[in-house]
Amino acid sequence: MYALIETIHAAGLLTCFALLSTSRIGACIRWLSFQGILFGMVPLIIPDDGLTTRTLLMAGGSLVLKGIAFPWILLKLRARANYNREVQPFVSFVMSILCGILILSLSVWLTLQMKPALIHAPFVLLNSSIFLIFVGLFLMISRRNALMQVIGYLVLENGIFVFGVITVVGTPLLVELGVLLDAFVGVFVMGIAIYHITREFGSMDVDRLTELRG
Amino acid sequence: MFEFTAAILLLALGGTLAIVLYPRAGPCQLAGQIGAVLGSASGLVAALRVLITGDAVSLSGTWHMPGGSLHLEIDVLSAFFLLPVFGLSIVTGLYGRSYLANRGGFASAASWLHLNMLTAGMALVIAAHDGLLFLLAWEIMALSPFFLVIFDDRKTAVRHAAWTYLAAAHLGTAFLLVLFVLLGSIAGTSDFAAYGAALKNHQALRSSVFLLALIGFGVKAGIVPAHVWLPEAHPVAPSHASALMSGAMIKVGIYGLVRILTLLGTPEPWWGWLLIAVGASSGVLGVLFALAQHDLKRLLAYHSVENIGIILLGIGIGVLGLARGMPLLAVIGFASGFLHVLNHSIFKGLLFLGAGAVHRAAHSLELEELGGLLKRMPWTGTFFLIGAAAIVGLPPLNGFVSEFLLLYAGFLAVLQPAAAVAVAGLIVIVILGLIGGLAAACFAKAFGIVFLGSPRSEEASEAREVARPMRASMAVLALLCIAIGLGAPLAVASLAGVVAGMTGATVGTVSAELAIVTRPLAVAVSVFAFLIAVAALAWALRARRLAAASVRRGPVWGCGYLFPSPKMQYTASSFAQPLTTQFHLLIRNRETLVPPQGYFPADSSYVSDSGDPALRLLFVPTFRWFDRVVTRLNVIQHGHIHVYILYVAATLIALLIWESL
Amino acid sequence: MPASGSLALPVCALILAPMLLGIVNRTKAVIAGRRGPPLLQPYWDIAKSLRRGAVYGEVTTWLFRLGPVVGLATLAAALLVTPFGGVRAPVSFSGDPIVLVGLLALGRFATVLAALDTGSSFEGMGASREVHFAALAEPALLLALATLARVTGSFALTPVYQAITIGAWADALPTFALVAMTLLVITLVENTRIPVDDPATHLELTMIHEVMVLDHSGPDLGLIQYAAALKVWIVGALLVGLVTPIRSGSVWLDGAAMLVGMVLLAGVIGMIESAMARYRLAQVPQFIVAAATLSAVAFIIRLI
Repeated sequence: MYALIETIHAAGLLTCFALLSTSRIGACIRWLSFQGILFGMVPLIIPDDGLTTRTLLMAGGSLVLKGIAFPWILLKLRARANYNREVQPFVSFVMSILCGILILSLSVWLTLQMKPALIHAPFVLLNSSIFLIFVGLFLMISRRNALMQVIGYLVLENGIFVFGVITVVGTPLLVELGVLLDAFVGVFVMGIAIYHITREFGSMDVDRLTELRG
Repeated sequence: MFEFTAAILLLALGGTLAIVLYPRAGPCQLAGQIGAVLGSASGLVAALRVLITGDAVSLSGTWHMPGGSLHLEIDVLSAFFLLPVFGLSIVTGLYGRSYLANRGGFASAASWLHLNMLTAGMALVIAAHDGLLFLLAWEIMALSPFFLVIFDDRKTAVRHAAWTYLAAAHLGTAFLLVLFVLLGSIAGTSDFAAYGAALKNHQALRSSVFLLALIGFGVKAGIVPAHVWLPEAHPVAPSHASALMSGAMIKVGIYGLVRILTLLGTPEPWWGWLLIAVGASSGVLGVLFALAQHDLKRLLAYHSVENIGIILLGIGIGVLGLARGMPLLAVIGFASGFLHVLNHSIFKGLLFLGAGAVHRAAHSLELEELGGLLKRMPWTGTFFLIGAAAIVGLPPLNGFVSEFLLLYAGFLAVLQPAAAVAVAGLIVIVILGLIGGLAAACFAKAFGIVFLGSPRSEEASEAREVARPMRASMAVLALLCIAIGLGAPLAVASLAGVVAGMTGATVGTVSAELAIVTRPLAVAVSVFAFLIAVAALAWALRARRLAAASVRRGPVWGCGYLFPSPKMQYTASSFAQPLTTQFHLLIRNRETLVPPQGYFPADSSYVSDSGDPALRLLFVPTFRWFDRVVTRLNVIQHGHIHVYILYVAATLIALLIWESL
Repeated sequence: MPASGSLALPVCALILAPMLLGIVNRTKAVIAGRRGPPLLQPYWDIAKSLRRGAVYGEVTTWLFRLGPVVGLATLAAALLVTPFGGVRAPVSFSGDPIVLVGLLALGRFATVLAALDTGSSFEGMGASREVHFAALAEPALLLALATLARVTGSFALTPVYQAITIGAWADALPTFALVAMTLLVITLVENTRIPVDDPATHLELTMIHEVMVLDHSGPDLGLIQYAAALKVWIVGALLVGLVTPIRSGSVWLDGAAMLVGMVLLAGVIGMIESAMARYRLAQVPQFIVAAATLSAVAFIIRLI
């Protein structure tokens, strides 16, 4: 059991570093899909009462949405905009990896501070969730491309989802479904926004939005 | 309490139906009107029941929001303030459908919703006994008139007025927020009863609470210099909405102040002085600004400022009496303030409805374009005359009764050995005398230019009397003016319960103290009855005399001019010119004069601009300075989304680290 | 409180008031070196007007006809509360100064509206000036009455004037003197005498009251002339009651003293009118405010 958790943790870290270092958008989307499936298995493993309908629903929903639906939407968006590479991010790819290591250290430290208060949560998964949140934020800050922003947002949502599953005990299904809905709406809205941005500016560079300032 | 909740529900239902039935004009207007009238009637019954029996009714319920509680209570004080709210709402409901007739569009239908929500909001504010509920209802009450003010949203001036109103309302609400947070923090809960107990233990905070309440509620009531939204907002709203706003909404500000005063216990003398000072300045400045106006509704709006000043003079004398332990002075002062609240809502409502009728008939509210309407609209003119005489405070109408009480309190104060109280009384007497004289000038101008003489424009000469429901609603208010005037002793005696609620004495003591005033009032009323009798006798004798003699019609003296034109009459600006010149320092109206030149002058013009001095000299410069300072902070707003997310992430990390340490 | 005096006082006032106008006119004529009209001339003028027919402007409404009636009725009602020095008014109650001022205001409002009803710029001009000066005179009158109230310790007119004895004068000489000056000015303003207004001409340069009633004729004009006389009586009684502190207790003695005082007042008004020219219109407000200040000073003296 614990080995499985550690595997998920390690694989999750790997996906994050992959996202930080890859410039090809298609590859990023696939790493995101893998991450979604990976962490979608967490609800099946963690809760003490085992495989109930609730956990099956959560895992299933997460799998379908994050593993299949969102990546598919993102791939279609990428095809429509025909923009395949993140060419010039604000933080270069090498620097991103170094920052990733810094972020990992920060998240470990924070997990150590938080752990005494959260007795149910396994240490590694707590660390994963915090790391995911920070990596998601970092991706949103450092990438120009609107699609990368969506990916960063989804990584952030993954982190929140995992955090919710492992720390909250006995909550109604509504909370987790809420997180899923959150992500769904985010992608939906971003899809529309990306369409308009592309149409208006001819590129997906989000920094061009400063031209709209009054 | 059942009638009260029924009132709120009926009002909401009527308004919603008006929107739902929108495409069909007839039913939607009817639904709105029936909701307004029935709901307000039910509310009025609730208020009257509390006033007559003297027992408070309350309603407590479960509340699904964090903090606060659903605690409604109608005690005698609340019931008294509910009278103008519901009473005026019935009358404006009657008036509204005919006023909005043939003015289709969604705005007309929606105006019923907003009008009803305004009434409901006001009622809930007055009945709320919980801080959070009070603030929620206050917001409803403050927001609904915005939509009424912006009724004619095509015009830039109207939009500007609506924004001014919204800004002023929320600035006032900010002070109220601070006030209630302060009270809640010392009391622990947000219930009014708890506030009263907590304030007893925190003597040092009482003055801050008073000042916050004065400013916060004063902005809504319209004291100078926070009155600037009144003359912008009231003229552009539909007239029945203006009547409700001017007649009822600003009184809710007075209610708030009075309610906080009851929670504060025995007041300090300087509170009374401050109230008298604020009342005096609002009264005099309000009527002076009104003198310079030549838009009828703007003039009426400034008069509301003046009357709030008079009400505050009464309440100030009452507070001074309480602070100095002079119960008779306190009772009469408060009685005059409360009676003026009721009286003002009646005659100001009447005047605004009359202005609405003029607008509908002559399509203009500009004084320089009206004239001679008394012949063409005899009913409207007569009712407006009664309203004008009432607001000036002429006997035997209701305005005179409340001013009599206030002057009586002033004279009482003058007789006191304590010099400070005597001076306060003298100030009240002299200021009220000045206000009365200036108000008479202003309404002689308003009524005279609009209704008398010859029509100054084609529209005015083609004006026709308005529909019967509009006339009926004005008649109701006019009759109330006369009734309260002639029935003054009864009216004043019935205030005993309300005043007792304010001063904390028993109803019996207060009744005995009021009886000291009602006896002279009764004699005064008999003098007025004599006046009416002599007038009737003189009229009859004169008629008999003229029946026997020759009576001809002819032109009036025009210095022998062959072709006098209506344009040669005195205009509103010229009528008020001696007074506006005399008080120029305070009014600061700007005049542009192009005089006639040469032997055969062609063009000449005179324009007087009466923009509000407080707005021009105080608020606009302050806001411009504020704008300049804040624009320098614009640097943060560069438009880079990444940096914005960086701000969020940085704050998050910082908080996490800080919390972990 | 009610009915403390007899109705004989108002009846006497009603009969004797026009005589005051006659005395004023006679005084002016004598000072100017003429014989002057008979003392009873005002009565004959009023009777003449009442007998005549009337001409009404085409523009005017019922308000124009109501104006003089209300003006007269308010003054008749005011007679009920005005004491005549030591002679008690028929009706007295605390707060009756307020009623007196209110009645005067009502009469003025009715006259002003009747003037505006004609739609002529003459009446408009007169009305505009009238309301201007009245706005300043009303607080001045209230200030004077308040000062008297503070000195005498009551605010019903009859007890106030009852308390103005020679002893009271000795006690409060400066206060009473200042208030008397204020009341004199107010008498001149309310009755539109020189230096505030010229009652003898109808030129637009000089007129306030005279021009407001320019278009009234017939019985209306008679009522207006009679009301003017009553107003001199009422406001004059306030002044003379202050200045003649003879309170012997006997109605006949007090009344006779007051009558002498009223005749003297009429003479004084006539002398003022002959000696002074009318003030420029811009100076009149200063005049009224100065008078009000006198009363304020009197009040402050009394405070300490």
